[in-house]
Amino acid sequence: MDLTFSAEDEAFRVEVRDWLETQLSGEYRELRGIGGPGDEHVAFEARRVWEKHLGAAGYTCLGWPREYGGRALKLTQQMIYFEEYARARAPGRLGHIGEELLGPTLIAFGSDAQKKRFLPPIVRGEQFWCQGYSEPNAGSDLASVRTRAVRDDDSWLITGQKTWTSLAHYSDWAFVLCRTDDAAPKHKGISYLLVPMRQPGITVRPIQQMTGTSEFNEVFFENAHTDADLVVGEVNAGWKVAMGTLAFERGASTLGQQLNFQNELNAIVAIAKENGASQDPVLRQRLSQAIIGLRVMRYHALRTLSLMQGGQLAREAMISKLYWATWHRELGKLAMDVLGARSEIAEESAAGTYDLTALQRLFLFSRSDTIYAGSNEIQRNILAERALGMPLEPRSLTAPTAATAKSPEKIS
Amino acid sequence: MNFAFTPEQEEMRRGARRFLGACSSSEHVRAAMQSPTGFDERVWRRIANELGWPALVIPEEHGGVGLSYVELVAILEETGRTLLCAPLFSTVCLATNAILAAASPSQKNQYLGAIAAGELTAALAVSEPAGKWDSSGIHASARPLASGGFALDGTKSFVVDGHTAGLLVIAARRPGSMGDDGVSLFAVAPNTPGLSRHARVTMDATRKLSDIELRDVRIPSSALLGELGQGWKPLSHALDLAAVALAAEQVGGAQRCLDMAVAYANEREQFGRVIGSFQAIKHKCADMLVDVESARSASYYAGWAAAHSASELLVAAPLAKAYCSEAYFRCAGENIQIHGGVGFTWEHDAHLYFKRAKSSESLLGSPSYHRELVALRTGL
Repeated sequence: MDLTFSAEDEAFRVEVRDWLETQLSGEYRELRGIGGPGDEHVAFEARRVWEKHLGAAGYTCLGWPREYGGRALKLTQQMIYFEEYARARAPGRLGHIGEELLGPTLIAFGSDAQKKRFLPPIVRGEQFWCQGYSEPNAGSDLASVRTRAVRDDDSWLITGQKTWTSLAHYSDWAFVLCRTDDAAPKHKGISYLLVPMRQPGITVRPIQQMTGTSEFNEVFFENAHTDADLVVGEVNAGWKVAMGTLAFERGASTLGQQLNFQNELNAIVAIAKENGASQDPVLRQRLSQAIIGLRVMRYHALRTLSLMQGGQLAREAMISKLYWATWHRELGKLAMDVLGARSEIAEESAAGTYDLTALQRLFLFSRSDTIYAGSNEIQRNILAERALGMPLEPRSLTAPTAATAKSPEKIS
Repeated sequence: MNFAFTPEQEEMRRGARRFLGACSSSEHVRAAMQSPTGFDERVWRRIANELGWPALVIPEEHGGVGLSYVELVAILEETGRTLLCAPLFSTVCLATNAILAAASPSQKNQYLGAIAAGELTAALAVSEPAGKWDSSGIHASARPLASGGFALDGTKSFVVDGHTAGLLVIAARRPGSMGDDGVSLFAVAPNTPGLSRHARVTMDATRKLSDIELRDVRIPSSALLGELGQGWKPLSHALDLAAVALAAEQVGGAQRCLDMAVAYANEREQFGRVIGSFQAIKHKCADMLVDVESARSASYYAGWAAAHSASELLVAAPLAKAYCSEAYFRCAGENIQIHGGVGFTWEHDAHLYFKRAKSSESLLGSPSYHRELVALRTGL
């Protein structure tokens, strides 16, 4: 058991820290601290430039194999990178969906031509991806997707609706789960397609959330095209590919997420010390509980990453989503309780606007943490079934009755 | 960076599990908990002679094996899993840590060799009837005698294995002193005149607690461990180490509760199906798994800190104690709930874990006390 970083790792940390500090004090200083969760909609053009800058400096796709343009860095150095990125309060990434979800999926399941075409622009920070999974009637029951793709000569024609699509309005491409065989059992009639976003058959409509802001979108497909060879894996075998992608969600990057949580917690602790909430016996206990919870989250991440270095995909890692989502939601509530009456006031908001403070957005946005990427209830099913070997939920094995998606209302 | 046990440490854990499977079964635990001493002397001798656990963290120069807290944490997870009844926690995790932290080299030689050999058991007497575990809970007095030596007066409570220990390490303070100042530790033979000890009937019968009455107990100056009046700092460190040890036991107990609950849920049928197929039950088990695995991470980290980083230990120890206490108690409670009526019977082991979970939660201070320590030590 060795919880220290090697001299080589520490040197890497200094290199990353210095580089980020130089950039974010100089040319990119206005980007510091923007574009995080609850704030993903701001300063897109400037962040697009930043992504290319990251790519040129070799600070994207650090864990990818060299043959695909990555740096093949070991897990500890990837962790260090994400920690330093968060510590520097560098801007929220635009390229992370391509880097963390699509890229590893293509490396595992893609054709040579797909890898050659799509991986390099992700490494360069030039092409952005969004994920076309959820639908209005396929949330937790993802295999019920109804968006349909049919072959038409040398292309696929796609019709249907996706929802809760982050960054859809800024993305160049989407990876989309489509039904390609209605007659097959529902998990066996799905294909994983790569679809260009900028085409007449696709309409993106932002969803205004309870925060008042819009980070998620609905995406409507009306005979949208993509090339016949842009299926990842076999036709009708997309479920397997999609499950593979889910396994890639959040490896080393969780350490960076935790640093962001630490920044939020620090802000709340500072307020509590200033307004006296830290001396309220109940709030003091809750603050300590939050401090403990976040540290345990870090210890747990270090332990599971060590297990993953040994090549195991361990059941220990499966609790992470349920754990952090629940902790973060409680932190949002704690932030409001520490603020007390002031939690109601949108301090900087001009009359007639609804411009909430960062902590108010944390409070509201954290309600989505326990819903997206597998709700707490789905996470508990997964833990019970896959980690503890308890009986499976009854599942409908037939494809959903097809009702075509409604057309979007025209938006000006 | 490698947050994992070595193959040798894993082998040591497997050895512990094999031994405890044979020597700390439900029948063993029930026999021991109903005996006056609270443990089986033959099992304890085998632990000392064959496994060497009393010697584990004692340095080689004092007759021990000189392994680290990381190994101890792995073993205690196993003893907690089987509710081992033995003077291991009292002797190794409480008294030995206090002696290691406070005593002079010659005092260490005097006591630790015998402890390492399994010839001497020891108990640490800190808390008093009010049940506090910080320095303000120490009222027992150590009055210096003109002839040299000290006279101890007061009442110690919640002394783990205090009724059977061959050596008592007792915290007392200079008359008139307050807080951290003035606290000293004394090594006292239990048969010293004026000292009487009373085993209490405890709700958790697997861990025996005693009261120790001190009435003008005359001890020589050589009984003082370390510096006069400077005992709180080493004692506080020893209590941190004990908290780490207890957290490791708690993880093992919580894991056992989860295993029992899942096994039962997968075999018990109601409404024509196993109850483990109902989400109401599955989700409880999933929450128990989150508790167990996150608590395990807290415990292992604290074990690493105990071995390698005194500064990290200051927060990691109370953190692990607060976190693992509540995780264990929740798991022990849900285990009863999932078992339904049978879980409420004396015959089923569920209550043994439930009671151990509760007694462990309050031993060394409640979760809220340990959260307050975290608050203080992180500058809140």
